[in-house]
Amino acid sequence: MRLVYFASLREHIGKSEEELDLPDSLRTIAELIDWLASRDEFYAAAFAKGITRAAIDKKHAKPEALIVGAREIAFFPPMTGG
Amino acid sequence: MIPRKIRVQSENFDAAAESAALTDGRRDIGAIASFIGLCRDESGTLEALELEHYPGMAEEEIARIADEAGRRWPLLGVTVIHRHGRIRPGEQIVLVLCASAHRAAAFSAAEFLMDFLKSRAPFWKKEHRADGTQGEWVAAKDADEAALERWSRDA
Repeated sequence: MRLVYFASLREHIGKSEEELDLPDSLRTIAELIDWLASRDEFYAAAFAKGITRAAIDKKHAKPEALIVGAREIAFFPPMTGG
Repeated sequence: MIPRKIRVQSENFDAAAESAALTDGRRDIGAIASFIGLCRDESGTLEALELEHYPGMAEEEIARIADEAGRRWPLLGVTVIHRHGRIRPGEQIVLVLCASAHRAAAFSAAEFLMDFLKSRAPFWKKEHRADGTQGEWVAAKDADEAALERWSRDA
């Protein structure tokens, strides 16, 4: 699975994207966040605030959204456009 | 679908030229509401804002918001230009133009577009301070999220 990170999450994790083999047991965005946050202290810090937003294939996705079949999942803090 | 022009770019934009392009060859447009968002420095400490964006999704999400505006109001054209990269105080960040036969739809749609761009378009602002120190990521405001609620409706 291709994972991409933006803004403060990108800085915490230290990379803007990566390819990861995800366990088949992961079903939702929320489960993926918990799994990523448990990898090491940098991932933990990235997701620590509990305000992470996600997108599946460049569309906004809720925590309960299913990740099966996704090509690209993005994580980022609340947006500050405009 | 309404004619829409959506650009995500690092270069500056010319609001007058974009407005002229929107009305070029048209006789049915009676109103254009125009909004320009600028980089501001409230306390005199900001050197620049760095705008990060999610390429691809930024354009797609703005298009989804513009299409939703087109479903809610009788628009005749929409232009949205959102810049990314390093932008200094006083420089332009975002342009929204909404064209309609009458002003009410143009005003409302422009406000709707800006409200949704603020908290749904994947852009993030980081401060660079005038004293050279590393600034913070600009935090999203609760007020911006609350602004979306007035547009909620059972469609």
